[in-house]
Amino acid sequence: MTTTPVRATSAAAEQDRSPRGRLFRSESATERWVSILSPIVLLVLWELAARLGWVDDRFFPPPSGIASTFWEMTLSGELVGHTLTSLQRVLLGFLLGGVPAILIGLAMGLYRPVRAAVEPLISATYPIPKSALVPLALLIFGLGEMSKIAIVAVGVFFPLAINTLAGVAGIDRIYHEVGKTYGATGMRKFTTIAFPGALPLILTGIQLGIGMGLVLIAIAEMIGARDGLGYLIWNSWQVFAVERMYVGLLVIGLLGIVLTAILREVERIVVPWRRQAR
Amino acid sequence: MTDRPTASLQEPPARHSTDPDPPVPPGRRTKIRFDAVRKEFTTRKGSVTAVDDVSLDIADGEFFMIVGPSGCGKTTLLRMIAGLEEPTGGRIDIAATSTDRPEMSMIFQGDSLFPWMTVWDNASYGLRMRNVPKTEIHDVVGHYLARTGLSRFADSYPHQLSGGMRQRVGIARAFANDPEVLLMDEPFSALDEQNKLLLQGELLRIWEETRKTVLFITHSVDEAVSLGDRVMVMTAHPGREKATLDVPFSRPRDMLALRTEPTYGELVFHIWGLLRDEVNQAQAEEMRR
Ligand SMILES: Nc1ncnc2c1ncn2[C@@H]1O[C@H](COP(=O)(O)OP(=O)(O)OP(=O)(O)O)[C@@H](O)[C@H]1O
Ligand SMILES: [Mg+2]
Repeated sequence: MTTTPVRATSAAAEQDRSPRGRLFRSESATERWVSILSPIVLLVLWELAARLGWVDDRFFPPPSGIASTFWEMTLSGELVGHTLTSLQRVLLGFLLGGVPAILIGLAMGLYRPVRAAVEPLISATYPIPKSALVPLALLIFGLGEMSKIAIVAVGVFFPLAINTLAGVAGIDRIYHEVGKTYGATGMRKFTTIAFPGALPLILTGIQLGIGMGLVLIAIAEMIGARDGLGYLIWNSWQVFAVERMYVGLLVIGLLGIVLTAILREVERIVVPWRRQAR
Repeated sequence: MTDRPTASLQEPPARHSTDPDPPVPPGRRTKIRFDAVRKEFTTRKGSVTAVDDVSLDIADGEFFMIVGPSGCGKTTLLRMIAGLEEPTGGRIDIAATSTDRPEMSMIFQGDSLFPWMTVWDNASYGLRMRNVPKTEIHDVVGHYLARTGLSRFADSYPHQLSGGMRQRVGIARAFANDPEVLLMDEPFSALDEQNKLLLQGELLRIWEETRKTVLFITHSVDEAVSLGDRVMVMTAHPGREKATLDVPFSRPRDMLALRTEPTYGELVFHIWGLLRDEVNQAQAEEMRR
């Protein structure tokens, strides 16, 4: 395993910050319109295709039908319930896996013996698809909440630990030397140098963790749950309530978008020195 | 820092009487002693001797200047004092004194500010690491940011400053820490003449008040002669002591008036000669390869 950071959307993120956007205002305005219009056009085409019988509406029900199902399920409170259940599992899993991941990543980056001891373990277990661990989690934790939380925790752990390590390892030596000459010791090295220096990559790790967490919660809930969005999708398929299935897919997608947007905002606040980074 | 020999050098040892080097002035304690110090870097392509056989006594409270061609080992010398590099031969002793001030602060050559801290947090770093009371930090850091002309930029991040401004933050950080030994590696190289003169004056003023031991690397012979008590000229590759010259001017100094004195010109000319020989020799060596 190398310390190459796992990049989520570096190219897109760089584009956001480049001054080009401001210089070529008309161009970016056009782009914005195109990006708003294209999904609308797609939805209209889908609606037409479903109504005119170009596609099988048992598999591709018209968007208007999905929307009204969405509305009914929202009013009944059913959708909110599933969503909150899944969200809670993802967040608890994030805490359970993410906090140790950051601490271990920092320790690996700062202390070579820790890295020598832990890195082979991570390299060996990283390639195992985390979804393959769902049966094991059910075996250990049963059908309760913990099996779902644990599987999210495992999935979040790896990208976050690896990115934190890469973040610390990538800190220029001069900053450690400044810390040493100005008497930073122990905990202070963590809080003033290693953590802030690695923070940009830690946030990238969190972004990857969100994606991983949503994938795993969906799978885990399909196999071993009686509620949550994954269960909603799976159960709708079993009873052939295709519109309800699409609602589940829609909400899990929206969850990803919202969580990523929140992370972007957090990043803007906690990494102010990166705002105009070259 | 702990694994370096830090023998206490309370009395000037007897060997000074027969030492061919300009000795530490009588009545002053030795603060830093280099004893046949050698530094060899081992890289994949072989080994490079950066510093060779430097023996030197620097007195407590002395303003010591180091000049020499680029790559001759000046930075390496300072890094060894700061404990960032281990000598591969000889030893460096730093006299221990029992005060609650920090032993030394270094102004690094080039950028060394934490990009994730504001100007204020960078400048107060040493004091914060030593758990100095908040009110004192406020006064001291406020003072030095004002002196370096950075008060308005206390909340800015380094990437929002110019190169010269960043260098001034590094200077404020070291001064605010109030160390016994100030290690300055070309601290004024990125400054305009006005700011340079201002900060040279400020450095001299602080030094007059606190009598820190200052080791100061510069490429400017004028700067070396205007500021220092002694000037060491180093040879090009590997870095040895070529000559160490006393600067005879009285203190406090008026740096501008100084330049009209005939001895000033002579000294500058002399050092230029020594340096030119070294640069020429380094060039000739380069050609031969
Ligand atoms: N970490 C290192 N590894 C290998 N060689 C090094 C290392 N640090 C310095 N050197 C070599 O040691 C020599 C002295 O370097 P040093 O930085 O001390 O020079 P300097 O006198 O400060 O030069 P300048 O005036 O350009 O700053 C150079 O030849 C350099 O290549
Ligand atoms: Mg140097």
